[in-house]
Amino acid sequence: MANHAPSFTTPGGEPVFMMTDKDHHPENGTSLGFWIYLMSDCLIFASLFATYAVLGKSYAAGPAPKDLFDLELVAVNTAMLLFSSITYGFAMLEAYKKNVGRTIVWLGITGLFGAAFIGIELYEFSHLIHEGAGPQRSAFLSAFFALVGTHGLHVTVGLIWLVTLMVQVGKHGVGPANMRRLSCLSMFWHFLDVIWIGVFSFVYLMGVIG
Amino acid sequence: MSSIPETTTFLFGRLSLDSLPLHEPVVVATFCGVALGGIVLVAALTYFRLWGYLWNEWFTSIDHKKIGIMYVILAIIMLFRGFADAVMMRIQQVWASTGAEGYLNSHHYDQVYTAHGVIMIFFVAMPLVTGLMNFVVPLQIGARDVAFPFLNNFSFWMTAGGVVLTMISLFVGEFARTGWLAYPPLSGIEYSPGVGVDYYIWGLQIAGVGTLLSGVNLLVTIVKMRAPGMTLMKMPVFTWTALCTNILIVAVFPVLTATLALLALDRYAGTNFFTSDLGGNPMMYVNLIWIWGHPEVYILILPAFGVFSEIVATFSRKRLFGYVTMVWATAVITLLSYVVWLHHFFTMGSGASVNTFFGITTMIISVPTGVKIFNWLFTMYKGRIKFDVPMLWTMGFLITFTIGGMTGVLMAVPPADFVLHNSLFLIAHFHNVIIGGVVFGMLAGIVYWYPKAFGYRLDPFWGKMSFWFWFIGFYFAFMPLYVLGLMGVTRRLSQFEADTSLTVLFGVAAFGVVLIAIGIGCFVLQLIVSYIKRDQLRDETGDPWNGRTLEWSTSSPPPAYNFAFTPVVHDLDAWWDMKTRGYKRPLAGFRPIHMPKNTGAGIILAGLSTACGFGLIWHMWWLAIGGLAATIVAAIVHTFNYNRDYYIPAETVASTEEARTEALAKQA
Amino acid sequence: MLISSRILTRLSILPLLAMLGGCDIVLLNPAGDIALQQRNLIYTAVGLMLLIVVPVLIMTLVIAWKYREGNSKAEYDPDFHHSTKIEIVVWGAPIAIILALGAVTWIATHKLDPKQPLTRIDASTPLPADVKPLEIEVVALDWKWLFLYPQQGFATVNEVAAPVNVPIRFKITGTTAMNSFFVPALAGQIYAMPGMQSELNAIVNREGVFKGMSANVSGAGFSHMNFKFHGLSQQGFEEWVAKAKAGTDTLDRTKFLELAKPTEKEPVRTFASADPALFDAVVNRCVEEDKICMRDIMHIDMLGGGGKAGINKEQALRMGLCTPNAPYGSAFYSPIREDVTKNEEKQAG
Repeated sequence: MANHAPSFTTPGGEPVFMMTDKDHHPENGTSLGFWIYLMSDCLIFASLFATYAVLGKSYAAGPAPKDLFDLELVAVNTAMLLFSSITYGFAMLEAYKKNVGRTIVWLGITGLFGAAFIGIELYEFSHLIHEGAGPQRSAFLSAFFALVGTHGLHVTVGLIWLVTLMVQVGKHGVGPANMRRLSCLSMFWHFLDVIWIGVFSFVYLMGVIG
Repeated sequence: MSSIPETTTFLFGRLSLDSLPLHEPVVVATFCGVALGGIVLVAALTYFRLWGYLWNEWFTSIDHKKIGIMYVILAIIMLFRGFADAVMMRIQQVWASTGAEGYLNSHHYDQVYTAHGVIMIFFVAMPLVTGLMNFVVPLQIGARDVAFPFLNNFSFWMTAGGVVLTMISLFVGEFARTGWLAYPPLSGIEYSPGVGVDYYIWGLQIAGVGTLLSGVNLLVTIVKMRAPGMTLMKMPVFTWTALCTNILIVAVFPVLTATLALLALDRYAGTNFFTSDLGGNPMMYVNLIWIWGHPEVYILILPAFGVFSEIVATFSRKRLFGYVTMVWATAVITLLSYVVWLHHFFTMGSGASVNTFFGITTMIISVPTGVKIFNWLFTMYKGRIKFDVPMLWTMGFLITFTIGGMTGVLMAVPPADFVLHNSLFLIAHFHNVIIGGVVFGMLAGIVYWYPKAFGYRLDPFWGKMSFWFWFIGFYFAFMPLYVLGLMGVTRRLSQFEADTSLTVLFGVAAFGVVLIAIGIGCFVLQLIVSYIKRDQLRDETGDPWNGRTLEWSTSSPPPAYNFAFTPVVHDLDAWWDMKTRGYKRPLAGFRPIHMPKNTGAGIILAGLSTACGFGLIWHMWWLAIGGLAATIVAAIVHTFNYNRDYYIPAETVASTEEARTEALAKQA
Repeated sequence: MLISSRILTRLSILPLLAMLGGCDIVLLNPAGDIALQQRNLIYTAVGLMLLIVVPVLIMTLVIAWKYREGNSKAEYDPDFHHSTKIEIVVWGAPIAIILALGAVTWIATHKLDPKQPLTRIDASTPLPADVKPLEIEVVALDWKWLFLYPQQGFATVNEVAAPVNVPIRFKITGTTAMNSFFVPALAGQIYAMPGMQSELNAIVNREGVFKGMSANVSGAGFSHMNFKFHGLSQQGFEEWVAKAKAGTDTLDRTKFLELAKPTEKEPVRTFASADPALFDAVVNRCVEEDKICMRDIMHIDMLGGGGKAGINKEQALRMGLCTPNAPYGSAFYSPIREDVTKNEEKQAG
């Protein structure tokens, strides 16, 4: 609204009731809208964190975090995700500079790091399930798989989105529409990083130490 | 049904001929009726060549006005099913209170009350509220549409997808038998192995996505798209309540999504969130579902409060009393609604201190609510009140909601709740506030804004008849339930020991339901008669009630672009301000208007999601996975469409506005 | 229009009032002291609220009538939309009522906490210090109620009795879904949940037969999940106990598992003796001889879980014996739900 401010009175002091002199362009709401959606997504994670907090110590006489979590593997995983956030940042910088090619390259590298994250996580999950410590074994494991799995699902969706955007940026460049999309994916990607910090600390670290 | 071991095939999952209720005459008869009606409808649409019109003008429309109308139509259709459930329950209870078995055993009765609750809340009340907010808010803030018009269309069709699944459950398989919130362990796979709870879960998940996105949409609309000069404290009260409602939606529907997902995991993957063994905790579900559930009822009532604020001011010919406190009261109610949820299960044994905390927070909510009632009364005070039909509904609300609120605060006292919880007293209370508040509010809103939507007023005689039958019928239907609750009668019972006093009271309640049925009939008659007499009831000026807010500055119905020029707002009650200060409608200088294009992507995506849901319910894994994959692919394909808008040429705008100028001149 | 609405509403109340004469409104005429205190609380709360509600209802009708369009004598002041004095009253009066109600709530909720042992027999009789409460253990089954009397050593189904003016301590649990133990004449209700133990303290002050029920839907037989509570004189109670103990049926673990199978409209029956450890086993979900008790599971969990060895749930949760009926041990095959068991065996075999 600020960029196309109307006049509220005519030069003669009469009140103006209609913007007849120029077009009214409300500020684009995509970023705000995506941010609000992201906060609602955050609430899904909050519910899952709450569930983990309540059920996380119910091992049903089965294995506890210290018996199952491979902190070294999780550290590698975390590094993958953190690097992917950095490389996404580089992609955004290139996009602001209108370098389509470099943007796509950095997006691709981000995707590789993200795929590595998912690959390692799938390996971790299949190992646990193969051992018998699957989500059915106890409430703790159900809550673990739900929380970490939901995060992984979100990253997977992010990867699909990333590939799609790479194609679209290649096709249409970095005009306003694609910049909006890149910004939204950026928010999404960094948000998943923040959630992972929470998972890493609250589930893995505290599970093994606490 | 649950003791029959399941056979599954690849193609049909656990769907088989056994899933069809061929041996239940009532359902078969209903199906024949619905099928016949459907065939007649399809034949008529084909004969009158209306498919193109429906698809192009309505189903693919991203116009918030059309989407709002479709929401309301959907809600009214579902009202018939939900009400039919109510009638069935009343008949069974009168009959069974004589000691007989009646005609609905527990297997059926439990589905009927579960469906009744789910339909009334999710597929009648929510669409009514969403529909009204969708139609009115952009007009009230001087905008041309909502912030995300395609998302709006998609949200509607996702709600429709939930409706489709719920309706299919009547004829294919069964519905849940757990009550409308499906507490585990009863709703877990062990005690509800059939498809009923799965219909419930996926119907609500799909509709829930629609509602959440609608919440985001309206929030951004109100924050970003208000006309210049309309600061927050100059917004109409209905828009304020819409703002708070959508904040609530965005903040609590994710909890419902997560909770139903966990229940689904328990049922499909054998996890142990809410089981009784292996560490699960059913009480966790109860907490989570009510953390969603209580704000949900405020999502329903706040827009109704907004409707009444507009109506009271307009029909008292006075500005709303205490605008600032109304806004603060709404905000306080919004915030407090998050810290009361435990009052739904005082009897689960939380201990005195926890119970007291939540009891007191619940009572505190009654303070801002009471303030609102006083503000409405003082708006009427020293006004000049015209008792048109919307104002009658408001009077009905003021009396009925006050009584219902009182019984609610009574049950907020934990030891009192210990004897009233889950009784018919509770049923009477929440119907008291939901019917007296939400239903009366939505019906009032429909009558109030109908001329704006369709260009003619609703027939006042049938409107009054509808009101009186609803109002009196409500008291006959639910006051006996308060007494029954005090007599220790629990909810959800299909059988009773013979007791004449029960039969008498249930009989009175059944009589009340008959009156309400007549009220609904009169409402439908009102729609039909008004359509027939539309030329006599025509709204030529666009401002049939001498309204105060911006939507009344447009024609009835408004053009697709709402406002040829964006309004500039100086004060509260912007349209009243314009009228009193000699505003003149611009007659020239029209410019091309930027508008979004219609799209079929919404209905396609929702249809694919619904197919996925159906596959999940019946364990048709190819359909579930295929449906999900197709939805994702279709969504991606949709994002490749960069060509989503167009310009209405200046000449079109000019000719539309000229037509209105002529119509207004004829009036004068 | 409005006068007729007032008349109509009043007229509709008349037949209602007439009909109420024949009703037993148990919540307003209870037989137990706790329920009586709850009733008095209802009266107090409603009374406090009517202080606001009645004026509001009157104001609604009076203002609507006085300021209707047709009344040209009433003052029309379209600019009257704010008054600090009115704001103070409309915020202040409800706040005052809620403060009062809140204080009442705090006191009453603590006093009437179901876990709180009784301090009085009725309004005029405090409880002597040396009186020990009658213990009754309650198990919600599908779809009947089992009552165990640990102090007397017997059990009943769908019938419970207690002597008048003796405090009762109910300990309550469930087996399948969430139920709610409720005898309206006696006291409030409390949920009966599998794996949990709830407690309710109550007392019956006069002889009579009172209805008991489940107040939370739990499945197909829920409507018939009713029982009778008998308030008896001391002698009457002793006779009732003697009659129950004179039977031949005993309630051991096998019998319990048999009883726990889903049935509806279960008739009243008694067991002359009952395994004293049974209720505890039900609460801990280890009635089956070879199933580990929840107490022990929780103990293991508190110590950090069962470790890698605990991954195999059959080993971790089975305390030995496989039987022909449960070849994998009875760990997760709840014999209460035969059909689920049959399915599993079908898939395994």
